[in-house]
Amino acid sequence: MKLIYEKSQPGRRASAIPRHEGLPAVELPEELRRSAPPRLPEVPEFELVRHFTELSTRNFGIDNGFYPLGSCTMKYNPRINERLVALPGFANLHPLQEDEGAQGALELEWRLQEILREVTGLHAVSLQPAAGSQGELTGLMLVRAYFEDRGESEHRRKVVIPDTAHGTNPASVTMAGYEVTPVKTDARGNIDVDDLRSRVDEHTAALMLTNPSTLGLFDENIEQIAEIFHGAGALMYYDGANLNAVCGISRPGDMGFDIVHINLHKTFSQPHGGGGPGGGPIAVRDMLEPFLPVPAVVRLDEEENTYALDYDRPKSIGKVRGYSGPFGVFVRSYAYMRAYGPRLREMSETAVLNANYVLARLKGAYDLPFDRLCMHEFVLSARTLKRESGSTALDVAKRLMDYGFHPPTIYFPLIVAEALMIEPTETETKETLDAFCDAMLAIAREAADEPDLLKQAPHDRPVRRLDEVRAAKHPIVKYGFESHPSLDGGREAVAAEAPKGV
Amino acid sequence: MTHPYLALTDGDREEMLRTIGVSSVDELFRDIPAAMRLDRALDLEPALSEIELAAHLGALAARNADSTRELSFLGAGIYDHYVPAVVDTILQRGEFLTAYTPYQPEMSQGVLQSIFEYQTAICELTGMDVSNASGYDGTTVTADACYIAKHATGRTKIVVTEATNPQVRQVVKTYAPGFGLQVVEVPHRGGTTDPDELRRAATGAAAVVFQQPNMFGCLEPAPDLAAAANDAEALSIAHVDPLSLGVLEAPGRYACSIALGEGQAAGNFPAYGGPHYGFLAARQEFIRRMPGRIVGETVDAAGERGYVLTLQTREQHIRREKATSNITTNQTLLALGGLVYLTWLGPQGLRELGETCLSLAAYAKEQLQERAGLELAFPDKTTFKEFAVRVGRNAREVVAAARERGVHPGYALGRDYEGMDDVLLVAVTERRTPAEIDRLVDVLAEVAT
Repeated sequence: MKLIYEKSQPGRRASAIPRHEGLPAVELPEELRRSAPPRLPEVPEFELVRHFTELSTRNFGIDNGFYPLGSCTMKYNPRINERLVALPGFANLHPLQEDEGAQGALELEWRLQEILREVTGLHAVSLQPAAGSQGELTGLMLVRAYFEDRGESEHRRKVVIPDTAHGTNPASVTMAGYEVTPVKTDARGNIDVDDLRSRVDEHTAALMLTNPSTLGLFDENIEQIAEIFHGAGALMYYDGANLNAVCGISRPGDMGFDIVHINLHKTFSQPHGGGGPGGGPIAVRDMLEPFLPVPAVVRLDEEENTYALDYDRPKSIGKVRGYSGPFGVFVRSYAYMRAYGPRLREMSETAVLNANYVLARLKGAYDLPFDRLCMHEFVLSARTLKRESGSTALDVAKRLMDYGFHPPTIYFPLIVAEALMIEPTETETKETLDAFCDAMLAIAREAADEPDLLKQAPHDRPVRRLDEVRAAKHPIVKYGFESHPSLDGGREAVAAEAPKGV
Repeated sequence: MTHPYLALTDGDREEMLRTIGVSSVDELFRDIPAAMRLDRALDLEPALSEIELAAHLGALAARNADSTRELSFLGAGIYDHYVPAVVDTILQRGEFLTAYTPYQPEMSQGVLQSIFEYQTAICELTGMDVSNASGYDGTTVTADACYIAKHATGRTKIVVTEATNPQVRQVVKTYAPGFGLQVVEVPHRGGTTDPDELRRAATGAAAVVFQQPNMFGCLEPAPDLAAAANDAEALSIAHVDPLSLGVLEAPGRYACSIALGEGQAAGNFPAYGGPHYGFLAARQEFIRRMPGRIVGETVDAAGERGYVLTLQTREQHIRREKATSNITTNQTLLALGGLVYLTWLGPQGLRELGETCLSLAAYAKEQLQERAGLELAFPDKTTFKEFAVRVGRNAREVVAAARERGVHPGYALGRDYEGMDDVLLVAVTERRTPAEIDRLVDVLAEVAT
């Protein structure tokens, strides 16, 4: 398919901009004036619509079908939320509007904070972080501010992270100026408590933990873990990527965690948008509240139902993003939570039931590294399949596309060889779950009988397997117009066996 | 009653539990210690139907004074530019809206190709070699660029002009301690930055950050500021308004290392601060230090052209604690909105939009001086679509009084700058008309001084 730039013809345009006669002329200084126009596409409006519509047909979303991408919680995105976020009172509201002209927005933010407090079992919320990974970084900044305030920041330099963690955790630790202390996973898929005990001391600032973990397992030792960290005077950080498993069932605050980030685009149905936007609010225990980002959203008067942005927080870490956060995400997630209310518990129960059902149907055909009941997701391994047939997790993923499913996350978590990380979510019908299980079982048989079917997959997507190695070796990251390199294909495409998902 | 967002029937549930080999849904949670289970229902208001949701959120939206309810000249970083209908149309396509990061390229050519086209548009706008797939907003991409500068230079001082948007400066300062960076601010002199003063501050710096047009709407001597940074072997980082780049020179043409900014003006609604996208583009030498997703062109097994996420060994899911950033979810859908918008504009539309903003703002400046008797805060400076004017009394009071008359006259700069309590920052986009400007002038003539 052509690029929009390859459809461009000088002189065509989709826009008309108002021009006004008789206004003063403005002469820009020569050295500041644009010397050559940017080569933006020149197309009529209908060509624009056709181009992007055609692109959309080459893409697959949850609206197209089942999307069990582990740890990403690809659930249905209710359409009412799209209508609500487009209301002029939300879409056209300026973030620097005076508080008294933004009471509806502030009330919505305050109400969302209240719901998140109840769901997490913690005391105070900041909505500001733009995504989960920014929530992590913000949380670690709070850890530092807290220990600085206590005069302990000099010696508390280490953050403990299990080997199953998302890559964002260690990356956030470095960006916050801390050092990573890795801890192992035991034979049941829990944190290895003995290993942990030997690594936590007076230099430990915090633990970052996803619970249920990226293996989809609830850590059975969580009480002991909390004792170890709090006993050492360290804080506990909860990566809320997997919160969809436990809403209304178990709360991070009750598990002993002091800081939680919530992925609004996962658990609370902000559409993923092809890679974003997200929302990563954080909830904290009371002793951390003074350090939260500014501005805080506060209620001034219950009776009069009035709200304000509060900048007067002398111990605050500052701002981590512009204004009070990604407000449109708040509108959608707030509407989603209100659509469930206390029935959020049913949402999580169904997600866990669906995952266990798919697990029960598939565990005979693929390796199951940790044979336990799972939470909202589980991790299989294609290692026997690979040994016996030469087919890899990547091949299984590609073959699933032929059956009309988006593949699961693969090659993650890193501690499981040939990992297939499957998260069905609560959205699906039993018929869909069964069709997916049937496909996975058929693929396991195909691997034995006709391995080429897997190796050559996918067969009917808009493109065949793509050469990722070539893309990285000779990066072409923009259109080069008349000097754009021509492609000389034909050799075997090499798709990288690296984490795809999360 | 089955919840509308759920699907299982009682029969489904029974059959599934039987397959799993447990007797109840509760049993699925047996790994959670009893003390950690919530032994009551969540204390939340009852579930709302779609009809009730529409009424409730409609009532909340009605409590806001948005730019359809008052005539707005408020800008200061977020602007009331027109968002064309085609942006809504494309962004509501479920194939884009409900997909995630294109980890599996065969399922995601639509998103991947559109990001490649977006990267091209950003490089064309800024005159740079490489763009990422977007960052959270104009503030966080600036912090990202400082992180690039630290690793590229091995230095730890970041110089930021005081005339850079305070939201941006605050975020850079919040990130700095974790990055091991110190932030130094260089004051403005009569509305713009003095290149010689900046040159002195840039000695030993990792980066120099300036904004063009700056917070006051004034045009900085940008080529001289970039030179001041480059001569000190610091990275020159230009925070630019994308919609100024049809009339203002591309940062790449005056030797900036990195060009970045807030994308909202180009194709996103103000939306009380987000979600928007931040764009970040750099010279080729920084390609392997870029944060976040980058899409590259390649071929498939049949030799056909296709697109993939590339240079992923920079990223957190592979490099972990040694990654160039922790970012994963970014702002793809909003960046797609940016691409659709820039395609809608085209090069001619972009230039004309810039010229319309320039002339409307010039008209507003002229009329506010002549008819309302106000003085410009920086009378000898060239401005783009925004300018600072002295209103003779506390500007916040003027804002309040003008809003009572249905006009939001702009941003009170005293909220961020000492000694500017009587200064109002007025933004004029292509959506405003000369008649609306006349109304602003009438209102300010009445409530100012």
